[in-house]
Amino acid sequence: MRGNPEAHELIAPGSLAAVLHLLASEPGAWTPIAGGTELMVAHAAGRLTARKLVSLWNIPDLRFIRVEANSIAVGAGATFIDLRRNAAVAAELPLLAQAAGWIGSIANQSRATLGGNLVNGSPAADSSPALLAYDARIELVSIRGSRTVPYDKFHTGYKRNLLAPDELLFAVHLPRRFARHRGYLRKVGTRRAMAIAKVALAATALIENETVAEIRLGAASLAPFPTRLYRTEESILGNAITEETICAARTAVLAEAAPIDDIRSAAEFRRRVAANLVEEFLRELMKPEPRP
Amino acid sequence: MSSRWASIRFTVNGQSRTVHAPPMKRLLDVLREDLHLTGAKEGCGEGECGSCSVRMNGELVNSCLIPVLQAEGAQIQTVEGLAPAIDSGGALHSLQEAFLQCGGAQCGICTPGMLMAAAQLLERNPHPSREEIREGLGGNLCRCTGFARIFASVLAASTHAGSEKKPDAR
Amino acid sequence: MSNAAKTRPQTRIVGAPVPRKEGIDKLVGRAQYVDDLTREGMWYGATVRSTIPRGNIRSITFDPHIDWNEFTVVTAKDIPGKNHIELIVADQPCLADGRVNHCEEPILLLAHPDRHKLLEAVAAIKVDYDPLPAVFSIEESEAQKEIILGEDNLIKSFTLEKGDVDSVWATAAHIVEGEYRTGPQEHLYIENNGMIAEWSAGDGITVWGSLQCPFYVHKALRAVFDLPDEKVRVIQTETGGAFGGKEDYPSILASHAGLLAMKSGRTVKMVYDRMEDLAATTKRHPSRVRHRTALDKDGKLLAMEIDLATDGGAYSTLSATVLSRATLHACGPYVCPNVRVRSRAWATNHVPYGAFRGFGAPQAIFAMERHMDEIAAALHLEPVELRRRNFLHQGNRNATDQLMREPVMLDKLLDRALAESDYPAKRARFARENQTNPLKRGLGIAAFYHGSGFTGSGELYLNSLAGIDVTADDKVRVLVSNTEFGQGTNTILTQIAAEALNLDFSDVTMAPADTAHIPNSGPTVASRTSMVVGRIIERASLQLLALLRERAGLGEQYPREEFFAACNRYRAAHGKVESLCRYEAPPGIQWDDATYHGEAYGAYAWAVYVAQVAVDTVTYSAEVEDFWAVQEVGRVLHPVLAMGQIEGGVAQGIGFALYEKVVLENGRMANNQMTNYIMPTAEDVPPIHVVFEEIPFCYGGYGAKGIGELPHDGPAPAILNAIRDATGVPFNAIPLLPEDLFAALAAREPIAEPAAL
Ligand SMILES: Cc1cc2nc3c(=O)[nH]c(=O)nc-3n(C[C@H](O)[C@H](O)[C@H](O)COP(=O)(O)OP(=O)(O)OC[C@H]3O[C@@H](n4cnc5c(N)ncnc54)[C@H](O)[C@@H]3O)c2cc1C
Ligand code: FES
Ligand code: FES
Repeated sequence: MRGNPEAHELIAPGSLAAVLHLLASEPGAWTPIAGGTELMVAHAAGRLTARKLVSLWNIPDLRFIRVEANSIAVGAGATFIDLRRNAAVAAELPLLAQAAGWIGSIANQSRATLGGNLVNGSPAADSSPALLAYDARIELVSIRGSRTVPYDKFHTGYKRNLLAPDELLFAVHLPRRFARHRGYLRKVGTRRAMAIAKVALAATALIENETVAEIRLGAASLAPFPTRLYRTEESILGNAITEETICAARTAVLAEAAPIDDIRSAAEFRRRVAANLVEEFLRELMKPEPRP
Repeated sequence: MSSRWASIRFTVNGQSRTVHAPPMKRLLDVLREDLHLTGAKEGCGEGECGSCSVRMNGELVNSCLIPVLQAEGAQIQTVEGLAPAIDSGGALHSLQEAFLQCGGAQCGICTPGMLMAAAQLLERNPHPSREEIREGLGGNLCRCTGFARIFASVLAASTHAGSEKKPDAR
Repeated sequence: MSNAAKTRPQTRIVGAPVPRKEGIDKLVGRAQYVDDLTREGMWYGATVRSTIPRGNIRSITFDPHIDWNEFTVVTAKDIPGKNHIELIVADQPCLADGRVNHCEEPILLLAHPDRHKLLEAVAAIKVDYDPLPAVFSIEESEAQKEIILGEDNLIKSFTLEKGDVDSVWATAAHIVEGEYRTGPQEHLYIENNGMIAEWSAGDGITVWGSLQCPFYVHKALRAVFDLPDEKVRVIQTETGGAFGGKEDYPSILASHAGLLAMKSGRTVKMVYDRMEDLAATTKRHPSRVRHRTALDKDGKLLAMEIDLATDGGAYSTLSATVLSRATLHACGPYVCPNVRVRSRAWATNHVPYGAFRGFGAPQAIFAMERHMDEIAAALHLEPVELRRRNFLHQGNRNATDQLMREPVMLDKLLDRALAESDYPAKRARFARENQTNPLKRGLGIAAFYHGSGFTGSGELYLNSLAGIDVTADDKVRVLVSNTEFGQGTNTILTQIAAEALNLDFSDVTMAPADTAHIPNSGPTVASRTSMVVGRIIERASLQLLALLRERAGLGEQYPREEFFAACNRYRAAHGKVESLCRYEAPPGIQWDDATYHGEAYGAYAWAVYVAQVAVDTVTYSAEVEDFWAVQEVGRVLHPVLAMGQIEGGVAQGIGFALYEKVVLENGRMANNQMTNYIMPTAEDVPPIHVVFEEIPFCYGGYGAKGIGELPHDGPAPAILNAIRDATGVPFNAIPLLPEDLFAALAAREPIAEPAAL
């Protein structure tokens, strides 16, 4: 334990309104802490720079999963265990449910929140590819009101995002229109459990008249933040899935992916595995749809 | 130093406790230092090994990553709470008994966390498959056993409850 | 499972799955590990370490913003005795004095009552250096451009020679060459190193800590503090895993905690956190092994020339003995008339490498068994067939010319392994399926033996003393310096005593591992406890019975009450009831350290392992799907503990092969966190099928041979052989990570694709 607990302040106002007022009163002074599975790791390593912390843990206004007419709303404070146990998520958003099961271990999932995962903004965040594949929108809130932006606009750089100093991530809205889409999710980690993604891909596609009418490819660890592979999507969109499409898609992935070398893996490996994953998805699409 | 100490009240192994501590102090340190419950261990301090796993409000958590303030009002169970009467001649918890018979503990350092993970698993899923056991214990690293005897222990404890089948040492 | 029932002489407790002796304490959270202990008024200690791999210390500056009067500061100048850690060659300083030779080398120690202030203080000490060029590989060290140790960078070398290797090459039908490498491996015991020390002028120094070898620590402290035996006391606390990693390092940590305790006048606790433990303590020696092998037209071995090199790190520590074991296991369990093994341990500016389960054998066996598959491929022979043609049998001599007096059942182990794994049918099936499946499956085998106990004359030199006593409250206590750290010492040794004394298992306990009260029965290493120390306990027990019969009227047959009554009579007459015995070598042990000839080990454990591996050509990952471990380890004293040893060793071996990479950058471990040093989890370890064949060894405790290290030897070569089987690509270095598989497999892929931008 290299951090000094006495060097940090932590308060738990207990309601969303109180937290928002606190953030507005001293913009930038307070750092939210939800499940703490990022911040407490930094604390243990003596790397936690935030001096004043405000707890979001278990605030009911943030911890919810609501099924609405056209979307499923997941509160930023929902944990990955909450997501895994939710029947609507399991039925309609299987890629998200599955990704939730990959966030570390059970003990981690019972604390780690969706909001923390997104705001932390690791390029390897496991929930992000699924949210990109499901075309999620995210809602930000402050005492000034709330605004909703497409999730793929949320990250603006390595560990940077659209949040203003007085804002919190409030909820993620997932449209309920993926019932007819085919889905794909694969994480390539260092091991089966407790693994950080070297590459991950979540994908949805709608096939109509044997051509690809819609496709979304959400990827982790291929850029400074989780990203859609737009150019690769373009190379596939509107085409039938043939060997040529696959070949073009691979070329597009290899050109589009911009991963890094680090102590966990190598850029060239990541690019090529990403191409393999896209190919694997497309080949699955070539097969007849599995009967539910 | 900027932090104001807080009085935090929670229940540990059925007993109500109040501690006075910096709110960012880790629950693990509060258990071990303030409450002298040294069952939970620190193997990594970064959520990776599970040797500090305890149960909080019916969920498995790693106590090294919990600021104690966030445990305010919580129900906490540690390994010491699995067989509370052991010191006065009481019985072991069925999981502890199975670990004893099947060789689930070697050096024992991962054992308190492993038992809590196993208890969590069995509470939600009394008859887990091998795959479910692997997943349930995936966050608890054991360097001694290769996990095989631990799986056998959990399987034994899960079958023990329902049938008269004896825990199998294999 | 085991065919024990057929061969087992009638025993009640030995061979039975009695519950682990200290099991309940561990299960209820009562067991006290070092970090669970506190003392009134205790201070904490921390270490200021070198940030560079090699250089001279120019200056040490203390930030004036800190009130250093609150702290105890210890430097090399404060050492009352010798500034070195006593081991084989005393070349490792306890604290760097003017010069550092590796990153993380301890320079200065601090103690303070507040742990957090201590960390701030460590950060507030600035060490300036004049850096010197550093050496980071075996190749750089053997090039000798930069001399960093002695005159030639060589820590130790051995030559093992048999027959006339040079005469064979010209006429051999086949010559096969290969080079094999293994990386450093971290023990990753879940309990980090830790020590508590107390000092007083009257009693000298006392330490409590996580350790394997109390008398190693005792010897080191005697030298550092310049104290006589009786003023140094070492007490082992419950130890949360060791695997060799707590063989030599605790001597350093105990010295450090002791120095702080002496200077501060306080009890001082030092417990490393994971980052410090990973970065600063020992790992398995990296190795490079080159094989050149001659065979006749039938695939019989004619000559082996083996060049074996290890990276020993910056100081000698245990490198010589690790190298010795590597040398003695380099030729595998095969008959070969002409052998030359040249082995060298080279100094580098890495953190000193140390003992790790297998002690050099896993490195040597990886090379040998991987090479066997390359030979098989070159000769168009089945790997199984090649091995069968060359196996050692009873009556043969191995590479050191040791006669195999005891029965050798390698053929039977191999047959059993093939049958259990359904090897022939599966291989055929995989070959068929691999043509279309992106998942390529394969099977690989490894055959090997592992010498039990200390090498050659080592056990005679140790001259271990061990025994039992009986206390006034009717408890038999086992008196040994062999420690429990998960492998089952407490259970096995108390089983043996209870069996021999015809008592209940619950009548026998372990005396605490406290050097003030136990005899020196040698270190807890080298798979020696059950076989060597177990045998002494068996003899001491029988000796006690003879004594009680002779002097206290114990009858031939007796109920346990009568045993304790006899003990009480004896105690009344003679003071204490104690029986100690010294090690006795099995007859015929001849070993020549100069020529490396003779009986290298008193006994060998034998094994054949089979790995089933799937290589995913989409993700380039290799996973072990199933594993079979068939071995002969003498008598199995405890079926559950024995299986646990094998399974745990196999899991570590899987990590060694496919997961565990120490990333070294400029001599420093860059991935010193559990999130980045990847060991297999519960979801990664496959089913491990363990089979024991038993041939009791009559000079081991109740027929036991060594078991602890054996299972680490076989997995890596078996797995890499399986990957070769699956992919056709020979991989000769471990750890073999997906990135490495990618490099080789992608190179074979037909489609031309743009490379990196
Ligand atoms: C052992 C371990 C394994 C892990 N494995 C994985 C894995 O496999 N995959 C993966 O993706 N991640 C993994 N993580 C990372 C981590 O668990 C996740 O990123 C988690 O979702 C973070 O959520 P949290 O609530 O714990 O975040 P916290 O630590 O509480 O916060 C993280 C960041 O988000 C901010 N924040 C939190 N909530 C809000 C909000 N509502 N509005 C604004 N800002 C907010 C905080 O200020 C902080 O900057 C792992 C972590 C650990 C310790
Ligand atoms: S100490 Fe908490 S997970 Fe390792
Ligand atoms: S029993 Fe030693 S780490 Fe699990």
